Amino acid sequence: MKKLTTTLFMLVSLLLGAAVSAEEGEDTIVFNTDEQRSQYQRLTEELRCPKCQNQNIADSNAPIAKDLRNEVHRLILEGDNEEQIVDFMVERYGNFVVYKPKFDASTYLLWLGPAAIALLGLVIVIISARKKREALTDSGSTLSNEEKSQLSNILSEDEK
Amino acid sequence: MKRALLFLPLVLAAVIGVVLFWGLGNDPTKLESARIDDPFPAFNLPSLQDPAKFLSQQDVKGKVSLVNVWATWCPSCRVEHPYLLKIAKQYQVPVIGLNYKDDRDAAKEWLIKLKDPYLFNIFDEKGKLGLDLGVYGAPETYIVDKKGVVRYRHVGVVDDTVWKSILEPKVNQYAQER
Repeated sequence: MKKLTTTLFMLVSLLLGAAVSAEEGEDTIVFNTDEQRSQYQRLTEELRCPKCQNQNIADSNAPIAKDLRNEVHRLILEGDNEEQIVDFMVERYGNFVVYKPKFDASTYLLWLGPAAIALLGLVIVIISARKKREALTDSGSTLSNEEKSQLSNILSEDEK
Repeated sequence: MKRALLFLPLVLAAVIGVVLFWGLGNDPTKLESARIDDPFPAFNLPSLQDPAKFLSQQDVKGKVSLVNVWATWCPSCRVEHPYLLKIAKQYQVPVIGLNYKDDRDAAKEWLIKLKDPYLFNIFDEKGKLGLDLGVYGAPETYIVDKKGVVRYRHVGVVDDTVWKSILEPKVNQYAQER
């Protein structure tokens, strides 16, 4: 029984501790304007944590995510715009840190690939459909005279 | 010829399949460094052992060297440590330490206790140089050439296999460059 109460006590204090430390997080970050704060929120949601595969840096508890949040904060206070901050991160951590990489020489395939493949498919469908139609309209004239008389014979036999 | 065109989607699908299959074999936790072929980032940070001595970009030039990112909070760094000693001693390759987001006293004690393979140690307490370099964990090991250009990054522990099959051939190759 005593053991149980100790465990319970520890559990409760752990939860309380977690709640307190969570509160200490984002709200203590100081900005000059509301615009800067929303910029910060947008950027930390757009930037991907390099260590943790599929979390943005706003959601991640990894130390590197915290460092990147601090950098975003610092750069915003220094007056950098969002594009400059994203460039700053990409310069260091590569295109991995952005969910939507910029359109450039190394990413054009990623951006244009799907559309190119769809277009190619469409072209092939159109070409083959057109060919089929040509084949159908041509078929009448490809019969020789002998074949035509043969055909009419068969048809007239049917009628008997 | 026109019939061959019909096979184009199949060929395309096969190519995409091969590319994606190749992607499956890649370890997604190992990122390409954005810094490859860039000069080592500029910095001005104190030496770990001597707080009064400041180190800069100039100190990582001149010889092909390994820059090893380590910290006492990093268990894999302890695993790697004996091997760094071996590289420094046996292969005469300068190993420069980048002590990353660490406690100075703990780091100094570690080097006394486990011996010191490093030519010198940059004390990057805030992780600022690490950030400029694109470090996202420890240990990481960079090969920096004579001109101070970052040429290669290895993420994770350097051991015998990594050294023999990856790092040593590269170090030798870059050492022969003018």
